[in-house]
Formats: sequence, C-alpha cells, structure tokens
Amino acid sequence: YDISADKGERSRDRHKSRSKDSRSEKSVTINTPPAEPLLGDSSVRGEQVQDDNWGETTTAVTGTSEHSLSQEDIVRITKDLEDSVGLDCRRYVTRTIAVILGLLVFLTPLAFLVLPHILWPEKLQSCGTACEGLYISVAFKLLILLLAVWALFFRPARAGLPRVFVFRVLLAVLVFLFVVSYWLFYSVRILDSQDDNYQGIVQYAVSLVDALLFIHYLAVVLLELRQLQPCFSVCVTRSSDGETRHYNLGQLSIQRAALAIIEHYYCDFPIHNPALLSASKSRAAKHLAGLKVYNVDGPGNNAAAGMAQSQSRAMIAAAARRRDTSHNELYYEEAEHERRVRKRRARLVVAVEEAFTHIKRMQEEEPKKAPGDVMDPREAAQAIFPSMARALQKYLRTTKQQHCHSMESIQQHLAFCITNNMTPKAFLESYLTPGPTLQYGKDHWLGRRWTLISEASVTNGLKDGSVFVLKCVDFSLVVTAKKIPYIQMSEEYIDPKSHKFVLRLQSETSV
Amino acid sequence: MSFVPGKPVTAVVQIIEIQKLRQGDNLILGFSIGGGIDQDPGQNPVSEDKSDMGIYVTRITPGGPAEVADLRVGDKIMQVNGWDMTVVTHDQARKRLTKKNEKVVRLLITRKSL
Repeated sequence: YDISADKGERSRDRHKSRSKDSRSEKSVTINTPPAEPLLGDSSVRGEQVQDDNWGETTTAVTGTSEHSLSQEDIVRITKDLEDSVGLDCRRYVTRTIAVILGLLVFLTPLAFLVLPHILWPEKLQSCGTACEGLYISVAFKLLILLLAVWALFFRPARAGLPRVFVFRVLLAVLVFLFVVSYWLFYSVRILDSQDDNYQGIVQYAVSLVDALLFIHYLAVVLLELRQLQPCFSVCVTRSSDGETRHYNLGQLSIQRAALAIIEHYYCDFPIHNPALLSASKSRAAKHLAGLKVYNVDGPGNNAAAGMAQSQSRAMIAAAARRRDTSHNELYYEEAEHERRVRKRRARLVVAVEEAFTHIKRMQEEEPKKAPGDVMDPREAAQAIFPSMARALQKYLRTTKQQHCHSMESIQQHLAFCITNNMTPKAFLESYLTPGPTLQYGKDHWLGRRWTLISEASVTNGLKDGSVFVLKCVDFSLVVTAKKIPYIQMSEEYIDPKSHKFVLRLQSETSV
Repeated sequence: MSFVPGKPVTAVVQIIEIQKLRQGDNLILGFSIGGGIDQDPGQNPVSEDKSDMGIYVTRITPGGPAEVADLRVGDKIMQVNGWDMTVVTHDQARKRLTKKNEKVVRLLITRKSL
C-alpha cells in the first residue's frame, strides 16, 4: 500500500473566527504503509498550519505571527510539504521516536545498576545474597518486558490513519514522563549524594521495571481490550448498488472504526461491478429525455435562480404526467435476461461436468503409462479447458463478469481445483456468484486509497448516530452507527416438578 | 349460553319427548351427545359458545326416534327427566339418558332460535 495524506482545505471549526457558512468538513485519506509502529505526528504539523491560519484570518492582533500569509499560501505550503516529504517522513519520525523511547526504557534500569559501580566503586557496599536475587528478578522482568513490547507494538501496521492514534501518544508521553522522573530522582538523590546502599539502588531499579510492566498492562487494556466489547452496531451501505451489511464494533475512534469497516468490506462485500449499473443509468436518462422547457414569458422576468427552479419543477411535473410504460419494458427485459442466464448456466454446468470426466487421478498401482500420457495439474487443466471455454465465456458475458476473470486466472483456478480433487460444482462456484473483492486479482482492488469524510473529528469516539463516508474511486460506503441498547435481564425460576399435563378430550356417545 | 358462576342460568327451553326404540337388547334414542364438564369445550363442534361445558346433540340418526320428535343437531340438553344436564360429566349424561327402566325421556332443550 502507498499513501498520500491530504488535509482538508477549509479550516477547523474550533477556531471561532470561522463564519458559520464554511462547514468544517474534514477530508482525510486512509492508507496502508508496511510498518508504522507507534506514532503519527501529522497533527503536530497540522497544528502549526492551523495556528498560522487562525492568526491570519481574525481581526484581533495576537502578536504571535510576524509574517503575513494569506490562506492560499498556507494551503499551498502544506500541500508542497506533504507532496515532497510525503508520508515517508511521518513514518521515519514515528520509527525514530519509537526506537528512542524503547532504548530509553530498556537501558535505564541497566544504567541505574551500572553507574554506581563506575562512579564510586570504593564506597559501594558489596552486593549480598538478597541483592543478587534481585539481579535475577531484574533480568527476567526486563526479558518479559522486551517480549511483551515486541508482541504488542512491533507488529506490521495494517494501515496509515490520518490522525494520530491518541492512546498511543498518551502512553508514549506517560512512559517518557515516568522514566524522566525516575532519572530525576536518581540523579538528585543517588548520583549527587553518592549513596552507598547498593541494595537500595537495586531495589529502585526493580521498582522501575515493575512500574514499566504495569504501564504495559495499561497499554494492553487501552489499545486491545477496550474495543472488544461490542457497543455499536454500524450499518454500511455501498452507494453504487445498495449492498448493506451490519457489523458490531466496540468503543473506537472514528478512524479506527473506519479501518475495521474497510477490512470487513474486503471480505464480505461482493465485488463492485460497474457493468451492472449501466442499465439503471440509461433508464434514468430516458425519463427526462424528450422534455424540453421553453420560457415563453421572455427575458428579464425572474432572477436566474427562480427561473431554474421553475424550469425543473415544470420538468418534474411533465414527467410525472406523461404516461410512462418503461416499467413494462423493465419487467419483460428482466424476465428475458433471467431466462437467458439460466439457459447459459445450464449449458455451462453440463460442459464442465463433461470436461471433468475426462480427467482421472492416476493411481500408483496402475501400470505405468507412457510419459506423454502422464500430466501435471497445469497440463491437465490446459487439456480440458478448451471444451468448456466457450460455454464459460458466454456465461460470463451474459452476467457481465468477463472483465473480472482472465483466461490465465481461469486456467489457474482449474488446475487448483483438479489438484485438490474438487467437483465441477466446486470449480464453478467462484464464477456463478460474485465473490468478495479479495478473491479477485490484485488489479481489481481499485480502492486501496480510501478517503474518510466526516463531520466530527476523526479522533472522536463513535457516538450514537455518527455518520461518515468512506470514499473510493468508483463508489463510497456510507456508515451509520447506532448504540446497542442497554439490556435489562431478569430471571424466573421454574420448578422442574411444575411441568404437568392433562388430556383434553371431546367424546361423542350415541344413545 | 355461558353461565356466570353463582348466578342462576336462564334460558328459553322447549320440551321434547322421545320414545325409546327397542333394538335387540338395547333401548336407543337415535342421537349422539357431546360435551361435559370433563371434556374440552373448545373442541365441541356444535356449540355456539366454546367455553360452554353443557351437553349438546352432535348427531341425529335419520329416521330415529329423536328425529321424529324434532330434536335437532346443536341443541343443548338442559334436563333429562328432571335430572340436570348442565353440570355433568359425559359419562353421567350418558347414564341418565340410557336408563334401562325408562321408556320415555323428557328433554328440556334450548337452542338459539328459540
């Protein structure tokens, strides 16, 4: 995945100088870089830009901005910065900060233990048994911390999100402050006074490592556990054809929720097929074709807006009144198409079944055939492919899927099915129903660049009624979030002996 | 015709006298009854009120004594020879109608058209 970070052109609404007309619509791009461990500092850069902006567009004199720049200049500078520097800068800065922080965290306890030996070895009390026991404890705790940090933070990043991951920044700041305060205490109380109680120093180092492990626990809870409990039900609708799915998400920020939804999209939604939408577009064009509006009142009548409005109203009214038989056409066309698809499908199934009967797996005990007869899966696929090629191609054309499958991919799939002893029906399954986007070749993943359009800030949490849009090149996904209601459950006890039954009859007796 | 517990039941009744017919060893009346307090009133095919546990005439044998005496399907039997039939079990009803020493039964029946 590659990236382009795009900041919204209009300014943020937290600056009250903005007039109410310019809606602060934040438009940012989500991308997927290979590795992005800890931080994203785009908001830091953004802050600077915003401050300049703000200083420029209010009438109050702040005294902080000395140059006068117009808004266009700011936007241009931002774009230039990001085009030239791009996300590589962001990624490298993130990595650097992560590495520095990691080194700080791991080397600090070791430094605490080693420095007294270097600086005042004569005065130092020798390390007794308890103290040496603490050495082992420090070593293992550091090892555990190392493994835990590797497990939690050094995973390949799934995506590049537009804003920083708030919790990660919080944790990094917490760790930094924590380590700095420990160093402060150490340097003042121990280095300056050259404390000779070595066991106390070792215990101090152990307490540091313990506290770091607890901070790691906090990291696990904040980053991983908090969003596991489902809290919101989101409804995702594709704008091009209305495919809808519902997912349960926990308490996430809008950008992380968007990321989760995109990952679900690739697995669940059938592939976007633009060829299927052309029919409705041509119908829509036909509705208003043949209607022309003439203005008989002459020019200089109303304002241009008023004329346009009355024009469109006239067209709508005329279209409604016209006796439209397009619904008839639609019905018969769809019935005819359905029939044609079924016929082609029947021919295809028969052709494939027949083709599969020509191939048999060679048993080991069979007398060895001539080398020319024995084939590997690829050759076997190529041998039986021509007999079904025509039927398959016609079917794909009828269902408008022919651009999704190349001949090479079909032969590969056929070889795969033959190798794994699949039946003809299993082979056909991927052609009869459109599958999820991930199933098709990489060139069909049109939307690796996604844009998140949201009215609220994307680091805000999801709320009941949040709406945001994930825009791709051809279509967009409209997402609505609803809170899962609070469930009040009560219990009712049933005594097992209370299950009793009676016979209810209606007899008829003749007298 | 459903009853309110504790209150007297009022109905318009008709008196029908049926002469029992001897058929071999038995004296028959020529109709079938259904209902009773031990039966399920909801399954009664001829009753108007499906919570009424009274005794109803469910079938009439064509040409039998009951048909001659103008008993009809759907009639509710209130009394037989003075014995009450509104709160009886199915078997008690059968017994009261088939007493071997009675040749004539006097029924008080009620029906909707009365």
